[in-house]
Order: sequence, then structure tokens, then C-alpha cells
Amino acid sequence: MRKSASRPVTPLSLEKAEIPWLLAVAIATVAPHVSHLPLWLSLLTASVLLWRSGLWRLNARLPSRWLLALVAVTGVAGIGWQFRTLLGRDAGVALLVFFMALKPMEMHTRRDAMVVVMLGFFLLLTHYFYSQSIPTGLWLLASTTLLTATLIRLHGGAQPVRAILRYAGLLLAQAIPFMLIIFLLFPRVSGPLWGLPQDAYSGLTGLSDRMSPGSLDNLIQSGAIAFRVQFSGDLPEKSSLYWRGPVFNDYDGQTWRARPAYLQRTGRAPTIEASGKTYSYVITLEAHNLRWLLPLDLPVSLPDDSALTATLETLAREPVRNRARYAFTSDIDAVANRQESQAMLQQALRLPRALDPQARELAAEWREKFKSPEQISNMALLHFRQEAFFYTLQPPLLGEHAVDDFLFVTRSGFCEHFASAYVFLMRAAGVPARVVAGYQGGEINPVDGYLTVRQSDAHAWAEIWLADRGWVRVDPTAAVAPSRIEQGIEAALPAGDPLPALVRIDADWLRDLRNRWEAANNAWNQWVLGYNPQRQREVLTRLGLKEPDWRNMTAILATLCGLALLMLTVWTLYRRNTATPAQRAWQRLCNRLKGLGIARAGWEGPLAFALRVARERPELGEVTREAAGHFADLHYGSGRPEQLQQLKECIGRLNSLRRNTV
Amino acid sequence: MSILTPFRQWLFRLRPDEHLPIVLTQRRIFIIPAPSGLLFAAVLCLMLIGAVNYNLSLGHALVFLLAALGIVAMVHTFRNLVALRLTPGRAEPVFAGETARFHLLLENTRRHDRRSLNLAFGEHEKVNLDIPANAQAMIAIPCPAPTRGRLEPGRITLSTRYPLGLFHAWSYPHPRLSCLVFPKPVETPLPPPSAVAHTGHRRGDSGDEDFTGLRLRQPNDSPRHIAWKAVARDIDHRPLLVKQFAGGSAEQLMLNWASTAAEHDLETRLSILAGWVLGAEQQQIRYGLRLPTCDIEPALGAAHRDACLEALALYA
Repeated sequence: MRKSASRPVTPLSLEKAEIPWLLAVAIATVAPHVSHLPLWLSLLTASVLLWRSGLWRLNARLPSRWLLALVAVTGVAGIGWQFRTLLGRDAGVALLVFFMALKPMEMHTRRDAMVVVMLGFFLLLTHYFYSQSIPTGLWLLASTTLLTATLIRLHGGAQPVRAILRYAGLLLAQAIPFMLIIFLLFPRVSGPLWGLPQDAYSGLTGLSDRMSPGSLDNLIQSGAIAFRVQFSGDLPEKSSLYWRGPVFNDYDGQTWRARPAYLQRTGRAPTIEASGKTYSYVITLEAHNLRWLLPLDLPVSLPDDSALTATLETLAREPVRNRARYAFTSDIDAVANRQESQAMLQQALRLPRALDPQARELAAEWREKFKSPEQISNMALLHFRQEAFFYTLQPPLLGEHAVDDFLFVTRSGFCEHFASAYVFLMRAAGVPARVVAGYQGGEINPVDGYLTVRQSDAHAWAEIWLADRGWVRVDPTAAVAPSRIEQGIEAALPAGDPLPALVRIDADWLRDLRNRWEAANNAWNQWVLGYNPQRQREVLTRLGLKEPDWRNMTAILATLCGLALLMLTVWTLYRRNTATPAQRAWQRLCNRLKGLGIARAGWEGPLAFALRVARERPELGEVTREAAGHFADLHYGSGRPEQLQQLKECIGRLNSLRRNTV
Repeated sequence: MSILTPFRQWLFRLRPDEHLPIVLTQRRIFIIPAPSGLLFAAVLCLMLIGAVNYNLSLGHALVFLLAALGIVAMVHTFRNLVALRLTPGRAEPVFAGETARFHLLLENTRRHDRRSLNLAFGEHEKVNLDIPANAQAMIAIPCPAPTRGRLEPGRITLSTRYPLGLFHAWSYPHPRLSCLVFPKPVETPLPPPSAVAHTGHRRGDSGDEDFTGLRLRQPNDSPRHIAWKAVARDIDHRPLLVKQFAGGSAEQLMLNWASTAAEHDLETRLSILAGWVLGAEQQQIRYGLRLPTCDIEPALGAAHRDACLEALALYA
């Protein structure tokens, strides 16, 4: 028996041994924010936490309220000055981090400790503003375990650290089935509930609505994924994988601009004549904060909430601010806008005045020489191929006459330079032409079969309008560096050109590793991050729930949670059999004797019972006495292990006795 | 008395438990969210709004995980109490004004530890203990005993917030407990010699070897026995005291209700008698007690002392 001195009830003030747990909570929840906080704030936070740890080690008094108030006011003022507000998302996170660092400084009671833990839970959520990747998820799972363990430590007194962590793990493991049920069935609302602060979507990358020399190469340097495609049948040749993005019609001598959608309303609705062979696929597009979707050139059926503009761009109704899935059908041989409006053709011929005289001269020459637009176009491509043009990601700077400089001086550039110069030449030669930006190519991930398109696949090409064939795609880059189109950018570039390590991967095992990692990420994106109201409806319909709405979802949610709770409660109440082997064997023997007509009374000890058996049923007395002796030794005294075996043998002997008597 | 009283009676079973050991079945355990549980719920609501607003799918997952953790914590808080077995133990008598300690044996027959169990009588001071798996622990629950008599502390409040502090689970085991509370002794000198019974020897000559205590000086005491040091310690407040020595005397003392000053009230007179009992016991003088309702023959020893004190405690 354990004698427990009645110790006083959990005191309101914190024990010294509880402080490190709370400091660990503060560090674990604050640390991942360092990557996007201003440096001074990170340093301040770190030094405050270090100071607190030092005070804990030295067992020193906490600083006075005046000093703390001074630090707090300074910090808040600094944050306000840094972000120019205290209300935005980033400023809010910075404030929370700062408070989290400061709170342990005036932590005296259990209530303060609870505030720290709750603040920690909230800070965990704010990490997702910046990253929802698998590592973040794992880090947060670890932090949640730490926070749970801290709660256990606060409410359960001193225990070994491992015991606390194991119990926290047990609690979380039991929570996970509930979490899955709620995650699957909690009726999702598509946000936002109110206007988001300005900085909510900062830092999203993708194609921009303008193109000037050098604007694409930042993108091309990035190995980040732009979108993933899942084809439902076979997929086209790699060289026809043109993912159509913004169309640039307006040129001012340096920059190509897309025409805002509201200016395109005047154009007639596009007409697309399908060739018959179509491809169906679903694009999982990463957020880029603009409205372009990137279907395979040309889309013949579009997802809801999107529309085709007069220049054959596909626009979503809202900017793409979250990773989302879009289903398309495309026909890569479709003919578009055989009949084109005059206004549109005029736009496609417009050039800035008095720029690039040499290029204009060259175009005029071609115009004299060739009659048909096809011939002019072919001449331009031939020009690119025969003259010494180089494909490089590090082109020299261009001057005021950008096209002239490129065509006659530097002669090196990449897709945007070629597309820009080609379209300039075509327009100057009287052929309606425009620049199209998007992505070209992609790479199949053998692990999950998704086609992965990266920012490094960003591309720019051209379109010319021919009277009988409508808009025809021409890719001048293909004339210079055909391998760019057929194999991808890493094949087209000279070996010395810098590319991010992830884009240029030679080692097979590394590529395989990357494929696996990205497939895992994709599954994560598809099933965890992409689980929105629409996806929820899809999944529940597939699970056999007809017309899922919030009412029957809530009902099923409640039922399943109730069932899980019931199972957990039964597990709690279930009493495992704690009888020893000796007790079980003795019980079995008594049951046999009961079957023979002599039952042991509840108060009867084994030896007394054996005596009674010997008196009333002498033929059973011998074996019962022996069994009772063994059991008494095993249970009450210091029985030897072999006695258990002997006790069991008694049961066997009793059985044979019974057979003989019956 | 409110109209809810019968309901409360039914819900909380406000009557003593007759069967021992008391086993805490699920019917006897109550659970509500603790204040920090409400704070937790509020934080979760805020987090959910944030997750919805920013379309954070992983944020949803985190909120749901924490909500699930709350549900699991509820079951575990309940588990911390369920199937606990309680057996009341003894309670040593105390003097009025002291704190009685009721011993209770708690038995954990489960394979998990039970931690941070708080036990208290009503609003009185709580005590806290842990019981490891398959173990027993003895605890003494304090209960103030302000007045003499038989103290019945009533039901025990056994509560816990382990493991996460989000829920408060409690039970009202109500074993039949009682404890004797003796009158608070008032230290007064032993009664005058009129109460001393002579049996052949003269008081004071009874022995010279073993010092046993002090008493008021009587006119016929030898000056050799005056406790000068004790008198000097507190000269303003004490009358002259003489040292008493024991040595096989058959001296007897009858502590008589009637010999306490009649101007005192009942409780004070009982307190004076209790003080005499203790004094006589300490000085090893055989003593008896004479109350209007009962007589206890002179004797010595702890059992006799307790019998005398009990008679005083229960004096109507």
C-alpha cells in the first residue's frame, strides 16, 4: 500500500519545473515565424525569451511591470511603424508573436500559463497563412503534442517527461479519428467571410499581365510548381502542350500588355471549330492571384465560373487565390475565329510609331517579296534559324529600340525576346499577330501519373491570323531552340547557364526522390489542402450520400462522432480481466466441481472448501485437497512455478474422474 | 429550498452510501467544462473563423484536431474518476477549534494512473493525491471542527481536471463518517485539595523523586516545592505554583462539574474540565469525572482519558 501524505491542493502559483514547458511552447510556436518577420522583431523576441530562460535558471525575480510596459510599448510601436498598421494579417501575426515572447515575463499563476498555451494554439493557426506544406503540418503536429503535454504537466503534477509526452501522444492518437470525421463532414463554407486585408495574398507568383524583356526569366528561374494536370485519357505529344495564358496585344516599344477584360467586351464571342480529337483533363492550379486559367490550347469546354474572352483567354470570375481544380476539354487542332472582327485585326496590327526602324525596313522588304502571310512568317522563322541567334536565359540589356537591338545587335535571348520580335516583324509586314504567354511542356510524375508544370516551363509564343485558318500558333523559339519545345528548358540551355538546382536534375535517384516527394505533396494538396466545399460535395456523393447539404452532413457528423465517443467510452469503462493464471485455473476447477454438484460458497477459502468436499464427496476429496493446496500456495504464499502446472493437472484428473463416474 | 431541490436530490444522490467500498460508477460522476475549457472553446471558434476566412484547409484540420482533443480529454477526465473504490478509515478525535482529519483509502484497480484527485468536504480545504495503476493510497481529508460533539462532515467532493484542465469532473461519495470533537481544553490549575481524596498518605509527601508537573500552591505546601523559576517567568499573571512529584502514591482526584465556577457558561465549564483531565493525565494522578449525568470512576491511561473526554464531548 502506498501511504500518501496529504499534500496541499495544486497551488495557484506556478512551480519552477513548469516554466521550461511554457518556454518550450513559446519557442515552438514562435520559431517558424522567424522566416517572415522583420529581423529586429525576431531578434527582440529571441532576446526576450533568452532573458526569461536566464531568469529561470538563476531563479531570479521577474522584471518589474514598468520595465515590461516599456518593452511592450516599444515593441508595439515598432511593429506599427514597420507595417504602417496594426490591423493587417502580417502586423497581427507580428503582434501575437511579440506578446507570446513577452507573456512569460509576467507569468505568475496557472491562469497566466493557460493564457500562454491558448495563445500558442492560436499562433499555430497563423503558421498556415504562410505555408500549408507537409513539413509545416508535421511541425505543427509536434507542436500540438508539446502544447498538450504542457497542459498535462500543468494539471497533473510532476511526472517523467517521457511519460507526459507518451500520454499526450495517446490523447492525440485518440483524437485523430474524430478529427477525420469532422474534417470530412463538417459543412464547409467557402471564404472569405469578410474583406481580407490587402496583404492577404502577397507573395504569390505566376504570369503577370505584362511582359517586358526579362520579366519571364525570374519565373523561369523558379522550380516552383505552377499547376498539375490529370488527364482522363491519353495525353498529347509534349510539343503540343501549350498551356494558354494571357494574350498581349498592346506594345509600347518596351512592354507588351494584356488588354483588360472589360475592354474586350466589344469583341465578338469567339468561335471555335473543333477537329474532333479532344482531351479531357483536370488542372490543379496553384494560386497566382490573377484571373487566368491555363487550359491546353484551345479549350472547347470550360469549368463553371469561367469564360473565354475575345482573345481566347480563359478567365475565372475571381482571381485565383487558392489552389483550385478546374476541369477542361481541349482540342489541340481546333480552328479559332476564322471570322475575326475588324477592330480585333486592327489591334493586332498596331505598333508604336518611330521605333525600331531597321526591323520595320526588314519587314517591308519581306512584304514586297512575298505575297502570302504564311510565306512572310516562314521567312521570319528562317531568319531566326539562319542568322546566329542564341537561346539563353541571360540576355544582354536592350536599348531604346529593343527589337532592333535584339534582331541586329545582341541576337541572344529567350522565348519572350523571340516572340516579341516575331510579332513586331509580322505586324510591320501587315500580318495580324499577337503574343501569347503561358506554359509549354510539363513532366509526367511516374509516381502518381500527374503532369507537373513548373514556373520554369513559362513560355511566350505568337499567333498570326490567316484569312482561311483563323489564329494560327507560331513558336519562334522552336525555330532557334527546338529542344526547348521537345524536351524542356534544361535541354535547351547551354550547360553554363544558371538554373535552379531543382529544375536541372541529372542524377536519376535525385529525380526519383523529387518525383516521390512531389507526388506526396500533390496527394496532400488534392486531399487535404484542396478539400473545399466543392470537393467535399464530390467526395460525399462518391461515398453514396445523395445530395449532401449541411443538414444531413451535420446529422451524419453528429452520429459518427457519437459512435466514436461511445467506442472511446466503452474502452474506458471496459475492465480487463486482471485475474492471475492461478486464479483462473482455480476458478475453472471450482466450476467443474459445481458441475459435479458441489459448489464453493463465496466466503469459503480453498482449504476449507477442500475439507468440505472430502467430507461430502470423499471420491473427489483427494484431488480437490491437492489443488487447493497448490492454489493456496500460489495465491497466498510463495508458490513455485511448477505448482501452477500441477494445479492444471488436477483439473485434468478431475475431468477423468468425472468421466469414470458418469 | 427551491423547487430544484428534489431534482438535485435525485441527481446528486444526497444521501449516505451504505455499501462499502464505494465504487464510483458512471452514474455518480458529473462533468462540466472548466473555465479554461470555455476559454479553449472560444479560442477554437476564433481559429475556425480565421481558417474559414482565409480558406486554410490545414487550419480547419488543426481546429478539428483540437476540438477532437477536447472530446478525448473529456473522456479521459471521466476515466480519471471512474471505478475508483473508496473505503472510509478512522478519524482521530480532535479538540474543538482544531482540524479533524478523516482517513480514506482509495483503491485504483485499473491499469492507468489516476492523477490530481482533489478531495474536500464542501468548501473546506482540498487535498490532492495521485494513485498509480493497481495501487492503493491513504489520504486524510481535513475538516475544521469548531464545536465539541460528534462531527459529521457529510459528503466528500472528489474532483479532478486531469489531464488537460479543460473539464471538471466530480463525484459526491458520501460515506458515513464521524469524528469526536472534545471540548477545547482550557489550561487552568488542577482543582483545590477539597477534591483530593486522601488514602492514608498526605498529599505532597507522596514522593520526592519524579517531577510530574505544577499545581497551585496550597497553604500547607512546603516552600521547598515552590516552582520559583516558573513563577519568575511570568510573575504578573501566575499565582504561586508548587512542583509536584510522583512516587507510587494512591492519590486520587475527582474532577467535579460542581467544582468549576458556576459563573462560567456550559461550554467554558466543559473546557475547564477537559483541561483538568489533560492535566491530571499528564501528572499521572488518578482521576475520575463527575458530571450531572454520569460518573466515571478514577483511573489513569489514554483509554480512560478518552472516555472522560468523550463524556465531556457528548455532554448535552
